[in-house]
Amino acid sequence: MADELKDMVLAYVTKEYLEDDSEPLTYDTPLISGGIVDSFSMVSLKRFLENKYAISIPDDEATPEAFDSVNKIAALVERFVAKK
Amino acid sequence: MSNIGSYDERVKNFSWSIAEKELGYKPGDVINIGWYCTDRICQQGKGGKVALYWEGFTGAEKIYTYNDIRLASNTIASFLHGLGITPGERVCLFMDRIPELYLGFVGILKTGAIAQPLFSAFGDESLLVRLSNAETTAVITQKKHAPKVRKILDKMPHLKHIIIVDHDGTAPLKDREIAFSLEKAAPVEHFDVYPTKAESPSVLHYTSGTTGMPKGVEHVHYALISQYLTAKWVLDIRDDDIYWCTADPGWVTGTSYGIIAPFSLGVTQCVLDAGFSAEAWYKWIEKRKVTMWYSAPTAIRSLMKAGDEIVKKFDLSSLRHLASVGEPLNSEAVVWSQKVFGKPFYDTYWQTETGSIVISNYPGMEVRAGSMGKPFPGITGTVLDPIKNEPYTTHGKIGLVALKFDWPSRMRTYWNNEEAFRKKFRNDWYITGDRSKLDADGYFWFAGRDDDIINTAGHLVSPFEVESALLEHPAVAESAVVSKPDPLNLEVVKAFVALKPGFTASQDLDLEIMNFIRKKLSPLAMPQEIEFVPSLPKTRSGKIMRRLLHAKEWGEEIGDTSTLEND
Repeated sequence: MADELKDMVLAYVTKEYLEDDSEPLTYDTPLISGGIVDSFSMVSLKRFLENKYAISIPDDEATPEAFDSVNKIAALVERFVAKK
Repeated sequence: MSNIGSYDERVKNFSWSIAEKELGYKPGDVINIGWYCTDRICQQGKGGKVALYWEGFTGAEKIYTYNDIRLASNTIASFLHGLGITPGERVCLFMDRIPELYLGFVGILKTGAIAQPLFSAFGDESLLVRLSNAETTAVITQKKHAPKVRKILDKMPHLKHIIIVDHDGTAPLKDREIAFSLEKAAPVEHFDVYPTKAESPSVLHYTSGTTGMPKGVEHVHYALISQYLTAKWVLDIRDDDIYWCTADPGWVTGTSYGIIAPFSLGVTQCVLDAGFSAEAWYKWIEKRKVTMWYSAPTAIRSLMKAGDEIVKKFDLSSLRHLASVGEPLNSEAVVWSQKVFGKPFYDTYWQTETGSIVISNYPGMEVRAGSMGKPFPGITGTVLDPIKNEPYTTHGKIGLVALKFDWPSRMRTYWNNEEAFRKKFRNDWYITGDRSKLDADGYFWFAGRDDDIINTAGHLVSPFEVESALLEHPAVAESAVVSKPDPLNLEVVKAFVALKPGFTASQDLDLEIMNFIRKKLSPLAMPQEIEFVPSLPKTRSGKIMRRLLHAKEWGEEIGDTSTLEND
């Protein structure tokens, strides 16, 4: 699940938030602190994850720190999927 | 003792000539903001003083002295001049908060051209509207943002040059593109700064209104007088300060108080080009020993949300004065900052059209938490009765915030839109579009917008612009966009959408439409909530009754529904 989840998130962020000739992302590329996904765009990313994995991430857990890399996002999603 | 000293004394004895004398300017002289920000400071013997500490999200650092920024802005100005850019032409800056944005702004002003900064997160449609309205001749940008410009190139015959500041040769330059590297270019020691005068246009910032497309707010070089003095008296900037303005120069705060004011004051400022995190921000204040911090309510609320414990991990004792801008600062934030930083954030009120702070709280004056403060000395402000268009004669009544239109940094017009400019006045009072009341001591208290404009995280978003963009989505038949209350951002965009036959509401469609608007306009304009409805409330004449939807979102009285099409 873990790699599949990371790849899914990586592909989505690449498709939705990067321009065509941007540097490719890695699982650890800083997304929020690196300015790739701003706090407003984070809302649509959170919505994607909630829809895709049928989870609900509380606002106080959807922090810039928790969304700052594909690895961190995957960890967050796995935690909520496990609670289902 | 603060720079302003006694506010009441300053009001009694005020003249804008105070700032003119300090800047060595006499009416009729040549006045070029770019020169005042660099050459003049060097002539004062401060060429070796640090002007800018810059740090990017990777931790890369750059330090520029005032002589460095003089040379860099000369170099950029010389390059633009070599391309054939002439005074009055519009040159757009479409970059992240990298040094070239700050230095390029100053360089453009030195040529006599008009600087047109645009927020780097704007999508191609937002870009097209603003660049085509201004008939922009050149865009200075980065390779990551160039694709957005390329997408709209065929609709911009006026655009002659796309200047890429970080071209590394890995991909070929395309149509109208040219590379320019500040680091590799030979520094230009002397550039003949164009002899602009007080009324020469300097900066064009686009701002959203309720109806119609965004409007270009035209500012002039004489605006420096207001920007310099308000920074000195409101932000209390002193010669030995380390100043941090968190605003992006794509917006007016980032140019008036992120470039013009601090550089013309010869102060050291620092810029952090990284996404928000409480930890990164506190670390930056500690590292740079920031003394004056000018930020925004949304950021302050985000810091509040991060908690008080994290503050204790850092030494923030350098902080001397804090101020806020962009939207009303709620009293909880003022109280919180007093608790954790030992001093309150002072709310400042102004807008793109005013060019500088017009109503504010001042060092040494009682801060009434939640109040906008009082007019800057020399500025006459009032609350206008919206029916009679005259100032109320008693305090406590809510009306229109109005100003006598006579301070140096007031806009001169909306670009190619004199009609919209004239509509900003009632009985010779300039109407800001905000509502307020005055208390018995002359403090203004914000009471909402007078129109449908959405203020999200301190930035204005036009419902009309979002609705127009929504109609371009294949599934959308009609839409209405309103603001929705948000604890962090004050307001966010909410869209009510009626779908075309053959389309069904779903989570996937919801997300698709959100992303569609985010990419077409900007992340700020993206509806954070979409409610699919079978139809929108309309009057019998077919006009969408946005105010009904707004009232529902805000828990307000719906009011008169007698004109509603379907009761």
